[in-house]
Amino acid sequence: MKQRFDKPHYFLPARMMAVMIAIILIIGVFSSAFTAEDTVGSAGWQQKKGNDSIASVKAFAEVYKVLMSPRCMNCHPAGDVPLQGDDSHLHTMAPRRGSDGHGLYAMKCSNCHQPENTPGPNRPPGNPKWALPPSDMKMAFEGKKPRELALQIMDYKRNGHKNKAQLIAHARDTLVKAGWNMGEGRKPPPLSYAEFVKAWDTWIEKGGYAPEK
Amino acid sequence: MITLNINKKTYNVDVDPNTPLLWVLRDHINLVGTKYGCGVAQCGACVVHLDGEAVRSCVTKASRAAGKKVVTIEGLSENNDHPLQKAWIETDVAQCGYCQAGQIMSAAVLLRENKNPTDEDIDVGMAGNICRCGTYLRIREAIHLAAELQKKGGK
Repeated sequence: MKQRFDKPHYFLPARMMAVMIAIILIIGVFSSAFTAEDTVGSAGWQQKKGNDSIASVKAFAEVYKVLMSPRCMNCHPAGDVPLQGDDSHLHTMAPRRGSDGHGLYAMKCSNCHQPENTPGPNRPPGNPKWALPPSDMKMAFEGKKPRELALQIMDYKRNGHKNKAQLIAHARDTLVKAGWNMGEGRKPPPLSYAEFVKAWDTWIEKGGYAPEK
Repeated sequence: MITLNINKKTYNVDVDPNTPLLWVLRDHINLVGTKYGCGVAQCGACVVHLDGEAVRSCVTKASRAAGKKVVTIEGLSENNDHPLQKAWIETDVAQCGYCQAGQIMSAAVLLRENKNPTDEDIDVGMAGNICRCGTYLRIREAIHLAAELQKKGGK
């Protein structure tokens, strides 16, 4: 009769299966540990050492003022027509967002908005990346209360799939910076760019907390 | 000196790179079909194609056009037989005619990207072109006719 244990015991199928499951579990725990703090809104994110909900919410109050100013909100409208001007009226000629945020037909953003500001009053401001967010990720600011906006920005599924590093980097984006250089006759945001970046970084680094309201 | 490709021809023009393309076309190359209406990108009379996309030449610097293909109303077709041009004549769209080059150039992008535009598509695509004579109803009719001509094998 063939010996049941003619092979070394660690090759037995049951034990091999148990070892494989253990290895998979260990890899899973480690990889979730490495990404948890970077995944915005995750449990690891909220529990990270150095979070300070009071400082974070206080910083967001400053961030909110900037994001809701025309220079930012005008390109983060609730609807599919961008806003325009210091009074955030609907953009003249009603260009539409389009699926990719770059407009439609002969009314694409780049039809009028050049890679740089067109000099003179009432001429189109410009930037190489001039566009709205796409239709499947509108990232609207218009109409949002502070808590709503903070939660939206910190939500990976609603913020353009940005992790923490990308959120921090976004404040350094050329189109975001352009809000402070929009050309003649356009009121800049209520904070300087440096002040905004400091508030933005503080809000996120301290945990990205949302205010109560 | 800037080298421009306009209507499939190459031009070397001695202009400041910041010169609006509109003036290069009209004053240096003598292509006067593209019109000055407002100078601030509000009327659409100056629309030309830059690598196939509509741009307002009154605010587009000549330097932006360098290395790209520019098409003006004169170059929309070889024999003035683009479906839109045929439809415009058939429908007798123009009154004074001043805005019509820009209208047609904008409509050409619409029809290229949407072979069967609805009235709403036409509203969206043509909203940037103003007609002081009010030929909008005929513009709409002509675009629908051009779409039909295009389906039947027009260019």
